[in-house]
Amino acid sequence: MLEIITFSTLNGVLYGMLLFMMASGLTLIFSMMGVLNFAHASFYMIGAYFGFEISRRIGFWPGFVVAPLLVGGVGALIERFGLRRVHGYGHVAELLFTFGLAFVIEELVNMFWGRLPVDYRVPPSLDFVAFKLFDTTYPAYRMFMLATAVAMFVFLILILKRTRVGLIIQAALTHPNMVAMLGHDVPTVFMLVFGVGAALAGLAGVIAGPALVTQPSMAGLLGPILFVVIVVGGLGSLTGAFLASLLIGLVQTFAVAINGSLFDLIGPTATTIFGELGSVTVAQIAPILPYLLLVVVLIVRPTGLFGNRET
Amino acid sequence: MRNLTLGVCVAALLTAGAARAEDTVKLGYIDPLSGGGASIGEVGLKHFQWLADQINASGGLMGKKLEILPFDDKVNPQEAVVQARKAIDAGARFITQGNGSSVASALIDFVQKFNDRNPGKETLYFNYAAVDTSLTNAKCSFWHFRWDANSTIKMAAITNYLKTQPSVKKVYIINQDYSFGQEVKKLANEMLKAKRPDVQIVGDELHPLLKVTDFAPYIAKIKASGADTVITGNWGQDMALLLKAAADAGLQVKWYTYYAGGAGGPTAIKQTGLDHKVFDVVEGNPNSAPPDAQKTEEEFRAKFNVTLWYPRAVNEMRMFQKAVTEAKSLDPKAVALKLEDMKVKTFDGGEGWMRKEDHQFHQDMYIRSFGALPKGAKFDEEKTGWGWTEVAKVAAKDTVVPTTCKMERP
Amino acid sequence: MTGASRTLLAFAAFAVILAIAPMVFASGTSVTMMSVMGVMIIFALSYNMLLGETGLLSFGHAVYYGLAGFFAAHAMNLARQQGLPVPLPVIPLVGGVAGLFFGVLFGAVSTRRAGTVFAMITLGLGELVSAFALLMRTFFGGEDGISTNRAKLLPVFGYKFGPQIQIYYLIAIWCFVCVALMYAITRTPLGRMCNAVRDNPERAEFVGYSAQRVRFIAFSLSATFAGVAGALSAINFELMNSHAAGAGQSGAVLLMTYVGGVGQFIGPIIGAVLITFLQTSLSDVTKAWMLYFGLLFIGVVLFAPGGISGWLALHAPLVRGGRIFRLAPAYALAALPFAALFVGMVLLIELSYHMLVDAASEGTKTSVFHIAMDGASAPPWIATVVLLVGGVLGLRAVWPKIGDAWAAATEPTGGEA
Repeated sequence: MLEIITFSTLNGVLYGMLLFMMASGLTLIFSMMGVLNFAHASFYMIGAYFGFEISRRIGFWPGFVVAPLLVGGVGALIERFGLRRVHGYGHVAELLFTFGLAFVIEELVNMFWGRLPVDYRVPPSLDFVAFKLFDTTYPAYRMFMLATAVAMFVFLILILKRTRVGLIIQAALTHPNMVAMLGHDVPTVFMLVFGVGAALAGLAGVIAGPALVTQPSMAGLLGPILFVVIVVGGLGSLTGAFLASLLIGLVQTFAVAINGSLFDLIGPTATTIFGELGSVTVAQIAPILPYLLLVVVLIVRPTGLFGNRET
Repeated sequence: MRNLTLGVCVAALLTAGAARAEDTVKLGYIDPLSGGGASIGEVGLKHFQWLADQINASGGLMGKKLEILPFDDKVNPQEAVVQARKAIDAGARFITQGNGSSVASALIDFVQKFNDRNPGKETLYFNYAAVDTSLTNAKCSFWHFRWDANSTIKMAAITNYLKTQPSVKKVYIINQDYSFGQEVKKLANEMLKAKRPDVQIVGDELHPLLKVTDFAPYIAKIKASGADTVITGNWGQDMALLLKAAADAGLQVKWYTYYAGGAGGPTAIKQTGLDHKVFDVVEGNPNSAPPDAQKTEEEFRAKFNVTLWYPRAVNEMRMFQKAVTEAKSLDPKAVALKLEDMKVKTFDGGEGWMRKEDHQFHQDMYIRSFGALPKGAKFDEEKTGWGWTEVAKVAAKDTVVPTTCKMERP
Repeated sequence: MTGASRTLLAFAAFAVILAIAPMVFASGTSVTMMSVMGVMIIFALSYNMLLGETGLLSFGHAVYYGLAGFFAAHAMNLARQQGLPVPLPVIPLVGGVAGLFFGVLFGAVSTRRAGTVFAMITLGLGELVSAFALLMRTFFGGEDGISTNRAKLLPVFGYKFGPQIQIYYLIAIWCFVCVALMYAITRTPLGRMCNAVRDNPERAEFVGYSAQRVRFIAFSLSATFAGVAGALSAINFELMNSHAAGAGQSGAVLLMTYVGGVGQFIGPIIGAVLITFLQTSLSDVTKAWMLYFGLLFIGVVLFAPGGISGWLALHAPLVRGGRIFRLAPAYALAALPFAALFVGMVLLIELSYHMLVDAASEGTKTSVFHIAMDGASAPPWIATVVLLVGGVLGLRAVWPKIGDAWAAATEPTGGEA
């Protein structure tokens, strides 16, 4: 039991940090531009594929550095030549633009790399066992992922708290109109934020690709969960996004470890009241728990746990 | 003037189309050709087009050429029904499909109703890969024939093999939470209890279908249970991610699977380095097949750059041709009657037999393990350098299980 | 001609089209496809009651369509087993009631807010329902879904509804009725209040209407019509499975509605017909059809935010003023570079698709538009680049001309405005 708790905590935190790498960019983009970017998880996927392509040609480490930059560039270009054009048509059009974009990106990835998972390997320099606890090994690569995520988190905090751009972004989180009125070049800041957000998602993809599976459906799997994270955390709140990421990471990991069902909890009455649902185990419904959380949080507190804006 | 020329051209095209329609026998191939399942559907299509070429080279069906008409069902049952309708409109009296038991079940239902409502226009459905046992039990139909071994037969083969493996003591069962996974779970429990009552089932898990991104928590549970063997029906990413997480956590067990050989499976196993620890159950193994089958396999690989995944498709098409020849007719009902109880030599050697009661094909099954190839073995998979080695053969007669099918015969 | 008589004429034309369509397109495939189109017209229009009329963006509209479909399928099976005297044509009412029930249930929690919060709640509800559909196997039938037999119900005037053509007319009648009803709703005070809530909820509140209540009513009505569509779909396919309530279906109805245009009542009808046609037919023509779908969607968002009907509506005053012909020369001029651009795009996609996906197993030779070409040789690629560059440059050159023509055509001449 202790073994399961230890490893579930580790894996849950890791998954949560991975979510946060994407959610941070997504929530920044949303707060500043009002766009819920459906294609955000697609940047994560492109990151993984760029990382794979570079790693098989040059090596993992060049890919680790270059791929996120490339993804950031792609993101900035999409903002400059696509999203900005749609901006005038309102938020719904922007949202639908990213919705279509996610679709096209998935198809392009299908075309270039095929529909089957690609062979994106953990670099040999990290392919060893980090530690062994209760007879279960924990790979060094996962520790590396965790370290990268934490480093990125610290880096993001420093930028936001210590730089001028960070100040503008922070101001724009709560008072986007006022920032524009103060005469800042808002379109460029938008492009920058969109590019950086994409690059962060790309970085998450580069490091998650070898540990999970790099395949065209990886964006579709994560996309909706990201929305859950930023909405539950509170739109526009980085702290909220961070805590919600960890919460969802841990909830999903721990739910898997629980075998119990309503039937086990309250006995046969469960099946009389809930029918088949009475015998469904917590582990079975692990992936839908985030959505349940989403709906409940929004009903009870439409601003999310830490947010103060609704739209 | 221009309009007239155009009209003539269109008319010419139409008549040409009509003339061609008379000439060929059409087999509608209904499977995913876009989206996530396309990589599998495309390979299946190549099998059938290639097999049609062979039939045509050997004189065709009653002197007519066989033509494969591809239709994209997007692995969606409702879409499959629309596409089947299109196939019939295009002149196909025979359709074949394999991916997705839910699609297969919708097609059986559709074909049955269509044949009831359109006497004289009957259509026959050949199933080459949908394995849900109920398709030849409760849902069985006279108009449906299945060449793939169903879930029950496959589990019977696995458990027959496990009977001979005393080292197996603690088994963990993990499956995807949908009809197929639930069936595998049920069969594994029943058959293990019957054939190996001494084996302890230390875990029995259902996880959500294609939604899990990290299997580490499941692996932690398997590890904690002390299992030495895992039985799973997982396929696709659920197979690959499961094995990956197992290798990461250093879990040393044997994996008995249905679909480790599916697309992407060999690549994933090679990545994890689980050498001869992953097993699957199939109707043919290229490395131990008879020489003529090996020759065919070589030709197929040279031409299409992929493994001949579906020996059962070869059996299907050869038996189709045989039935047409014996019936001296292209009428689906006459063909169906000849297919019943037909006995043939299967592609990978051994006797095969199409059971009349439920239209389920019975054939020798092979348990194989994936890993480094012994000397002399010719075929690796997905360019990994590793390949399948036969570890046991389960004779067709040992996989026969009774059916509950009550067929309405026309 | 007055507005009212024009509306009557439009509905009469709609009825005639519905009636004679299967005589013009008589093959089994087209009748099946047109049946699906009829269902989708209702579904897309019901969606536009939210998106277009009330300004509510939903990512889970298929929930009501799918759930109602299941209720309809169960109702049909029940009627058959119990021998109840229920004829098939009333089954869509079951769907409507089921849609209404779930609309009221989920609407009560989701319509308290508009905008992003509403969109996210619908997304969450959609995911929850499709996940529960797989857990509750007796009601939803797992992966296989619930199958039924429409021909085993009480016959009406000797019709047993086995043949597809009878189903087509059943759907057509229901489609006509629902379209008329939904049109009528847009003309009622409620319809106007929906628009007010969409455009300026604060003002609507000041006038004395509760924006929340208006949203709730619109949502429930929309779910009711979606339910009718779901029941008709169950009748049409004789099969309902969890796909129908899933995210894919919700995305499809959004696509239909938006591509058709949310600003005009006819928009979703155009979208439903076009997208259904493309969904069933495009996959026969090209393997890259999903890519075309995505590009079509992005293209509409970028260049025609009002959708197809919005673009057409721009021309309506010109047609009425009889001045549409002044645009003809400029449009004819633009047609050529536009066609070049289109052909160039198709060539690019098809060639790339072939070289990247199929070349490994089928060789580099392919054919696009029935023209044989070798993807490994230069000429097809050169042609692609020439067409693309030529198309873009050409369009840039003629664009000002179109602007001039528009200005000339719309220039007020005094009489009509």
